[in-house]
Amino acid sequence: MEDIPPYPPIDPTTFDLIVIGTGLPESIIAAAASTASKSVLHLDPKPFYGSHFSSLPLADLPSFLSTHSTSPSPPRPRSSEDSNEFSVLDLSTRPLYSSIDISVFSPDLLDQNSRKFNLDVAGPRAFFCADKSIELILNTGANQYMEFKSIDATFVGDNKGNLLNVPDSRAAIFKDKSLGLMEKNQLMRFFKLVQGHMAGEQDVKISDEDLQSPFVDFLNKMGLPPKIKSFILYAIAMADNDQEDTGVCRDLLKTKDGIDQLALYNASIGRFQNASGALLYPIYGQGELSQAFCRRAAVKGCIYVLRMPVTELLVDKDSGCYKGVRLASGQDIFSQKLILDPTFKVTLPSGLSPPPPLQAKLPFFSQKDDRGKIARGICITMTSLKPDMSNFLVVYPPRSLFPEQATSIRLLQIASSLAVCPPGMYVLYISALCNDDDQGKKLIHAVMNTLLTVPPINSESNAAVQSETAESGFAVQDENAESSSTGPSDPGEGKPTLLWSALYNQELTLGQVDFICSTPMPDGKLNHDDLIDAAIKLFKKIYPEDEFFPQTSSENPEDDGDGDGDDDVSLET
Amino acid sequence: MHGRPRKASKPEDEAASITKAQKLRALQTQFFSFHHSKIYTKEAVELSAKLLEINPESYTAWNYRKLAVEHYLSQPDCNPESVKSLLDDELRVVESALRQNFKSYGAWHHRKWVLSKGHSSVDLELRLLDKFQKADSRNFHAWNYRRFVAELMNRSEKDEIKYTEDMIYTNFSNYSAWHNRSVLLSSLLEKKAEGFLLKENLLPEEYEFIHQAIFTDPDDQSGWFYHLWLLDQTVTTDHPLLVSTWPAHGSDVFLVGDRCQNGSFSPFTTVLSDSGSFPIVLYFNQPVKGVSSSTVIIECGFNKNEELLWEPLSVSNSQTAQVWVAHLKCPTSEHDSSVEISVGYSKEIVSPRGSQYSHPSTFSFKVHVQPVERDSSRVSVAENILWREENFKVYRAQSEESIPIPSFDQLCIKNGHESTASNWRTEALAKEVECFRELLSLMDCKIGKLTLARLLMAYDVMSFPFANKLVHSEEVLELYNDLMKLDPTHHRYYKDEHSLVLLRKMTSSEESLLQHCFQYKDSVSSAIGNPICLRLNNLSLSRIRAFERLLWVQMLDLSHNELESIEGLEAMQLLYGLSLGNNKLRSLTALEPLRKLKSLRVLDISYNQIGDHSIDTTRYLCSSPLSHSVGSELNDVALINYWEAFYMFKDLNLTQLDIVGNTIADEKFKSVLVKIMPLLKRLNGELLD
Repeated sequence: MEDIPPYPPIDPTTFDLIVIGTGLPESIIAAAASTASKSVLHLDPKPFYGSHFSSLPLADLPSFLSTHSTSPSPPRPRSSEDSNEFSVLDLSTRPLYSSIDISVFSPDLLDQNSRKFNLDVAGPRAFFCADKSIELILNTGANQYMEFKSIDATFVGDNKGNLLNVPDSRAAIFKDKSLGLMEKNQLMRFFKLVQGHMAGEQDVKISDEDLQSPFVDFLNKMGLPPKIKSFILYAIAMADNDQEDTGVCRDLLKTKDGIDQLALYNASIGRFQNASGALLYPIYGQGELSQAFCRRAAVKGCIYVLRMPVTELLVDKDSGCYKGVRLASGQDIFSQKLILDPTFKVTLPSGLSPPPPLQAKLPFFSQKDDRGKIARGICITMTSLKPDMSNFLVVYPPRSLFPEQATSIRLLQIASSLAVCPPGMYVLYISALCNDDDQGKKLIHAVMNTLLTVPPINSESNAAVQSETAESGFAVQDENAESSSTGPSDPGEGKPTLLWSALYNQELTLGQVDFICSTPMPDGKLNHDDLIDAAIKLFKKIYPEDEFFPQTSSENPEDDGDGDGDDDVSLET
Repeated sequence: MHGRPRKASKPEDEAASITKAQKLRALQTQFFSFHHSKIYTKEAVELSAKLLEINPESYTAWNYRKLAVEHYLSQPDCNPESVKSLLDDELRVVESALRQNFKSYGAWHHRKWVLSKGHSSVDLELRLLDKFQKADSRNFHAWNYRRFVAELMNRSEKDEIKYTEDMIYTNFSNYSAWHNRSVLLSSLLEKKAEGFLLKENLLPEEYEFIHQAIFTDPDDQSGWFYHLWLLDQTVTTDHPLLVSTWPAHGSDVFLVGDRCQNGSFSPFTTVLSDSGSFPIVLYFNQPVKGVSSSTVIIECGFNKNEELLWEPLSVSNSQTAQVWVAHLKCPTSEHDSSVEISVGYSKEIVSPRGSQYSHPSTFSFKVHVQPVERDSSRVSVAENILWREENFKVYRAQSEESIPIPSFDQLCIKNGHESTASNWRTEALAKEVECFRELLSLMDCKIGKLTLARLLMAYDVMSFPFANKLVHSEEVLELYNDLMKLDPTHHRYYKDEHSLVLLRKMTSSEESLLQHCFQYKDSVSSAIGNPICLRLNNLSLSRIRAFERLLWVQMLDLSHNELESIEGLEAMQLLYGLSLGNNKLRSLTALEPLRKLKSLRVLDISYNQIGDHSIDTTRYLCSSPLSHSVGSELNDVALINYWEAFYMFKDLNLTQLDIVGNTIADEKFKSVLVKIMPLLKRLNGELLD
């Protein structure tokens, strides 16, 4: 990182829109604005695309996390007060990741392969074949830049390490070995009810009263047994919080939303010929998605400059209105609008009084999400959790691992066939919503202890290399002593052995639509739909007159050749 | 392809299809000229390929290509290599035709023809099939061809069964896959003799498998079809068995020459025998062939040297029948003798599928002959059976000990050897019953109810010889009643099934059967020996069956039912009087089974619908006057106009017929009847001259 070439000057110096950060919402907005014939400058201080949505080599992940975990350095004393027209506001970073915990158990094996990893910072994440993101990718032509593979199956896990197949389609129900005949009948009838309801069949219409009631009540009303209820709520509708805990649950799923989720799931199965299940994953990792939208934007004339930190914000001295940015190169670039990624925090340079309008607004800039934090974990193993399968999702419903588990934990195993790791290895992404760091760690460790063998730290040959942020050894042993001692925790039990892990908690910030617009951090959902909604909302805010990716299906400049099959995503078999 | 909506054609499509038709016509003309002048040059053959690519349905072109191949093969300069490339060309043409339309019969047939020449690689075929079956997994052409290829390459049934399993797992609404599975399993089961597989091991697994489909989606038909096949496999015993006989084993038969005989003989076993012989009836569990004097051995004190003539009792003239009859001539003098009959000691009695009758059985009975007094003037002049309520008295056994119906439990041949072997069958059925009760507890499902009814009935019949009672008949009747209401479209089917269950129930025990036995006694004819009449009237029966326990019946009242057919009645060889009054018989040909009843004298078919319908839908079953030369006393016009009547009544020896209340029964018809049946004494109750 020492010999960065000198920053080239950017020309022109005035744009309609400047976007800082190349995360998913930023990239979508850049592409949408370019498509709407705006002149757009898209900057990223990092040398890669994706920001908090990127997929990184193994060695780069810890440093990425740690640079975003430190509190900002105190504002530098401002020497140059040269401009008369503008006030200058400092742009500093703020801590987004905490409690970072990197453990390396096989350094030799991993060091030589570091570049072969593409680790998602915001994992686990996947697409439903029929979700909004896929629609957007198809509508915008971003599918030209990506390839996908189907995720083979979804399982529900328990605290004994069993993975139960989620019967999510007619064929899967038929094939399922763990469901009784009655359960098969009940589940399929419920699916048919939902299908009939969605198709608008009169005789199977679900009443409005039911639609407004909690989904869990509706499932009870349909007489579904607990096992099936849990499948539907957490592994198909992907509810995050404990739905049975109706008094306390923070976001209780309504029947209407539950049914919509089921319909989405149902529409996803069989949508694409090569995709057997409901979910897709992009080859080379989720970072590809942001990049695809950036390429889409570039085709429409958006200018990209990476490795270009932005140091200050220029605002009108009197009105406090945004005018432009000052780059690390010292160049000032002006634009009408600005989109900031959630990394940044606007601070006042010391000893200066800001224009009055800003004084009121700044303290509220980049609010946190009241849903707390999200705990994430990335584990690398040499064997699959399921011998005959490579890519799959595992859901641990609330209370399935320990009584106090209040949120569902999702785990996505991705194999080398998706080009996220060297051949023969597997990457496990784990996440769960949590209130604080301790709770988050406990959730991730519970899954790891159930499914993985954690090798001892003190072995000489396998000397654990700790990242500078981790203050003690691996925390699994002491924190979850009770749960690991209950089961027969013989290390050679056929559980995959952990090679490397990264645990961290991520702040949830909401996007901001104010005098400066900022995008949200990755959320706790499995797919990207809420983030896309946020991006659309931001776009509408800054360009209320313009359409978000107008439908011009016939015009497709990049597509020269077989024009017939382009309503499809590229799926590798 | 399934589930793809058809698009309405646009005007430009129509124009395109007109040009296409023109091109096709030109091509066709040229092709026919080559074909007719037997030109098999390269250009000519290529032209046919072009034609087939556009229109794979052109049979002539396929045949032409076959001729061209044969022509080439007959050339002296052909060598194995050129033959192979020639046939490979054929396969390519078929493939491109199938791409055009993969349901083309001609194309698939041509491929079979090429393959059976034996010069082509079969492995390639399986790969091609995989592609076709992926594109449309329910294409029965592809499945047919698959069976052909699998046989050609000697692929094991197990591999093919695995393949059906994979296809079923992808989508279990695949009737073709289930069907192929049943074909493969049948063929495995046939190899049972070679120690391959046992039904009792295989069927439970298959039941388990099909339950997954049926329970997951009871609205899907394919699963139910397969279940029906399994049920059939469970119920059918492979080997033919003797179910019942007349006379029954251990019974006493009293033969009297006329009805003036008073005596203490049981009315159930006293038989009028004016022909000097009595019938022996063998009732099997399924149609068999090969019943003859060499397969059925008879030993008795009389009639030593005469071979019995066994006759199949089937309406169609095939040599396969479930019921067989022979007439044994009896001595004319007073005589007591015992008769022993052995069936199946030689292996020639076989089912149509080829299973042998392999459990020989023997039954014996005693015959008591009373001397026949040939005094025909006394016989039957006064006889007039009136099917009136007051003429039937509830039957009561005269003494406590007397067993009225010839030892009821002897009616059925006990096949002890089967009892252990069929344990698994009853177990399987019991399991199924439980399973479908559960399904019905979850949801209302017509086919589920029907299946439960079938299962319960099969279970009862299967365990009947031991339980001697149809435990579930009430429940089954209720199910059919329910179904008639739920599913009016199939009302008649359910009604038929209901009737059959009802009949089975009534004949299942001595007690229930006796409730329908009445003694006929009218005021005038005290001379008649008070025969027993089985009265199954007023039961709204639409079909009849289950005759194996009714072989002894001589007088049967089926009046006031809803019968349209009396199929199966031919088994009741002792029948003397029969009332079918007030039913729904629509034609004389519906009476066909009566032609086999040699002892029938009194028939009532009044108040039916004979003649209502100008078109007789069962007519084709009956041979036509044109194929017979009948030296008849009738004039030709009457013969042609009343052929059915002639055909039906000519061979019956009726003395009394009631036909009033049918459209056909006008004066002219009556006069024809009198001519056809010279023995007739009474017509519609009127004494004839």
